[in-house]
Amino acid sequence: MSNAKETVSRTIIVALALCIVCSVVVSTAAVMLKPAQVTNQNLDIKSNILAAAGMLDADASPAEIEELFQRFDVRLLDLDTGEYVDPETVGVEDAMKYDMYKAASDPAMSETLSSSEDPAGIKRRPNVAKIFTLSENGELTRVVLPVHGYGLWSTLYGFVSLEGDANTIEGLGFYAHAETPGLGGEVDNPRWKQQWVGKTVYDAANMSQPQIRLVKGGVDPNDQNKEHKVDALSGATLTSRGVEQLLNYWMGDNGYATFLQKLRQGEV
Amino acid sequence: MAEASAKQVLLEPIFSNNPIALQILGICSALAVTTSMNVTIVMCISVIAVTAFSNLAVSLVRTQIPNSIRIIVQMTIIASLVIVVDQVLKAYAYEISKQLSVFVGLIITNCIVMGRAEGFAMKNGPVLSFLDGIGNGLGYSVLLLFVAFFRELLGAGSLFGLSLMPVVNEGGWYIPNGLLLLPPSAFFIIGLAIWGLRSWKPEQVEQPDYKMSRHKAKEAF
Repeated sequence: MSNAKETVSRTIIVALALCIVCSVVVSTAAVMLKPAQVTNQNLDIKSNILAAAGMLDADASPAEIEELFQRFDVRLLDLDTGEYVDPETVGVEDAMKYDMYKAASDPAMSETLSSSEDPAGIKRRPNVAKIFTLSENGELTRVVLPVHGYGLWSTLYGFVSLEGDANTIEGLGFYAHAETPGLGGEVDNPRWKQQWVGKTVYDAANMSQPQIRLVKGGVDPNDQNKEHKVDALSGATLTSRGVEQLLNYWMGDNGYATFLQKLRQGEV
Repeated sequence: MAEASAKQVLLEPIFSNNPIALQILGICSALAVTTSMNVTIVMCISVIAVTAFSNLAVSLVRTQIPNSIRIIVQMTIIASLVIVVDQVLKAYAYEISKQLSVFVGLIITNCIVMGRAEGFAMKNGPVLSFLDGIGNGLGYSVLLLFVAFFRELLGAGSLFGLSLMPVVNEGGWYIPNGLLLLPPSAFFIIGLAIWGLRSWKPEQVEQPDYKMSRHKAKEAF
């Protein structure tokens, strides 16, 4: 080793030069690839929404996804009053830009849930949710609601799609979770998700108390409550319980029940 | 190390001097990303790219690097390359980059990359170093693909996402082995692979660190 490159000043010069070169390389890559990444993320969210609504073909192209999604209206919803709010009230110019999961960690835009109010294990609930509605000929035919809650290992994030009667489930899907592959991970299984289609959230007698149950051993075809029941995931009791609790929480009074009630009465 | 030929540098790490099977490096990602072939291939390409280009870059500046900060210099180069790879994946292979999540970032901590930069690229020219990086990346890939092949086939009944053995949950006949989808199963497969490789090439078997001596003391009656 020659001594010329071991001096202090040399060391500092090499370190500085390296830092400059590396930071230029990294920032160039980040800036140049940013637009493609943003497109991907938006497309991912949109395809999740469409998948929950059962409107997505497996081989849909990005253009088709964009076109289908165009038909949806993005709305911001005050969960306590069940009324739509303007994007300005939450500080964004466009409803699509609002992030309800980010808002859930902001004390000004969310509230803490006590453990008795929090069966879904989410700890904080945003005041305003971002939902997606689809209207045909001026009549609301679909409403896609974001839901999340704790399973066994992880928080499951997903969407539930309801028909225009704000009661019948049209589909649901979770786009982010870390449940055990092969057991709780089967929440992604298309055959299991297929069972949800046509189930109802509420009883005709009590339209504010969600009745969804995941039952072990399959749903008895003679059960009089079978339209609220879905076969639980085998080998995944805690994930199934998590899914049941998170759906009932979000369809309950702290979730979307007030809004769905108003929707049925045509008040929103 | 004697002057190595380009061919040796490129091909030796694949079986004769495999970074995972012989040097037991890079096990962490071998456990984490081998549940499906598609994800594994993307991970392998990323690792090959990072090892090759970090070797190239380190080798190019090797005469300028002061000895006292050489590890930090290598680390900075590797980290920058990993960030670039991660950004490219997010832009062009979004689905797979979501599944790989943190493991692309963790290529930084993959001992193979750092080990080749310090062990080879600091002493050899750019071309050889580049080939050495590719070779070691390939050695890593061969073992990862081997592990992923069995994990995906037996754990999910499919290869490259195409269902070969229809599983019971989707109306088929194959009851998948759930253990193979969990990280610990990769230990078993890597262990079996090392066993197979060392039976084929017995010179890879290490000398035992110590040998138990015969029991000499007389037992008391």
